[in-house]
Amino acid sequence: MSEPVIEFIDVHKSFVKTNGDVHKVLKGTSFAIMPGMTTVIGGGSGQGKSVTIKLILGLMKPDSGQILVQGRDVTRMNRRELSEVRIKFGVLFQGVALFDSLTVYENVALPLREKTKLGKAAIQDRVVKSLTQFGLHGHEESFPAQLSGGMQKRVGLARALQLQPEIMLFDEPTTGLDPARSQEIYRLFYSIQKELGYTSVIVSHDIPKIFNLADQVVVMHNGQAKVFSSSEEIQWSTDPVIQDFVQLTMGNIYQSRLENK
Amino acid sequence: MSESSFRINEGKLKMAVKLFEGLGRFTLYHLDDIGHMSIFSLRLTFSVFKRPFRFAALLNELKLIGAHSFMVIFFTAAFTGMVLGVQGYYTLSQFGSQGLLGSAVSLSLIRELGPVLTALMITGRAGSAMCAEMGIMRISQQIDALNCMSIDPYRYLIVPKFLATLIAVPLLTLMFNVVGIYGGYFSGVVLLDVNPGAFFAGMEQSVQNKDIFLGIIKSVAFALIIVWVCTGRGYLLQKIRSAGFGAASVSKVTTQAVVLSSITILIWDYFLTAMLL
Repeated sequence: MSEPVIEFIDVHKSFVKTNGDVHKVLKGTSFAIMPGMTTVIGGGSGQGKSVTIKLILGLMKPDSGQILVQGRDVTRMNRRELSEVRIKFGVLFQGVALFDSLTVYENVALPLREKTKLGKAAIQDRVVKSLTQFGLHGHEESFPAQLSGGMQKRVGLARALQLQPEIMLFDEPTTGLDPARSQEIYRLFYSIQKELGYTSVIVSHDIPKIFNLADQVVVMHNGQAKVFSSSEEIQWSTDPVIQDFVQLTMGNIYQSRLENK
Repeated sequence: MSESSFRINEGKLKMAVKLFEGLGRFTLYHLDDIGHMSIFSLRLTFSVFKRPFRFAALLNELKLIGAHSFMVIFFTAAFTGMVLGVQGYYTLSQFGSQGLLGSAVSLSLIRELGPVLTALMITGRAGSAMCAEMGIMRISQQIDALNCMSIDPYRYLIVPKFLATLIAVPLLTLMFNVVGIYGGYFSGVVLLDVNPGAFFAGMEQSVQNKDIFLGIIKSVAFALIIVWVCTGRGYLLQKIRSAGFGAASVSKVTTQAVVLSSITILIWDYFLTAMLL
């Protein structure tokens, strides 16, 4: 089997709270993500899901442990090496993080303008094409604040895909969207991934819905990561922690099935 | 009895330990802060030479920091000059030497008030805006987003502001001087009947090249302070302990940046005057 794209080896990370207490978020977290796979990282709030994404991107350093991206340890990289690695990633942030003083067009065009040598016409061609693909045609001159939440997410997704990333990271992609909108975002994920074949990592608490997309689920709890290869496996798990989690996030439908069994 | 006195000592000891802990934390935090600001200034300096250079962004910043500050500087300069004219007239007339009004007004403007007041006005007008913009980009993860696209935020965001401030502030200072001198002329000569020939002759005789040079050096130094403190505080927002979170953190850090920048300008004004005069 091929090498993992992203691998966490015994990663520890703690934060110092305002009152001086130390809050340990990751306590020896280990998991691996294979190329072309869709991995969903789930878990309650404050279990270090977003921290995991920041660690992968090198925006944060762990206290100890290794984080390998395509076999290279991002925790020991200097700024230039990090910049080389980051260009392989596309990121959709929790708050989308669109540049709010640039228009939709400028937002999507920015990575092409700054990181490629494409001419004006070629950039326009690509941006208009991808905006049309994401159903944003006619909104080129709008500012992010003038768009709905779902549209902002689609702009963020379009921007993240401009440099044809090998790995896409999604931080809570459907937070704040109604069920129909989240469904629409998931459909987009699925079709674009099929087309481009990137490895995708989705951090979400929207577990039941996202199971349809996942090849692998990583559940973060108490600073440990538990890896499940399928959604069935997690639903039938006898681990009390996971059972608790399943009941919390999916209601007791699966739980009662487990009891009948 | 000996046991109770021992307990009191233990309490005092705990208090003393807490005091030292607090002192240590305070010192460490501020050393840390100075370190971050120094690294920020170094990275900013190196980023000035990074390519591609954003010429359009520089022009835009020049418009925001320079051209849009014209009215503020114009009115500040005009009325400062007029006040100097009136004050100077009354002080000098006590010694019967109203003829020196021209040199008094122009020297105090060129050496001192021009650079300082321009820098303070630009801190309030453009510095606060820069800091708030950086701060908002930081808390809404826009700076993280730039990093993730491996676009250097220093080159992309801060260098245009840095260069624009460095160009705009000395030019605005020179404009301040000219407008201020005519303000002094207006109140002294037109309103208070000082001899116009004496006003300009006094100015010509007393203002030397080194005075103008001192004013320009000051304005460049103040421009560096404004852009360093204001963009730096905004950029490092999440590393500032007292800032807190969210919208309130941006307002706190902006206030802090304006206060810090203004005080630093006044302190350096003293040192530069003492060193170069």
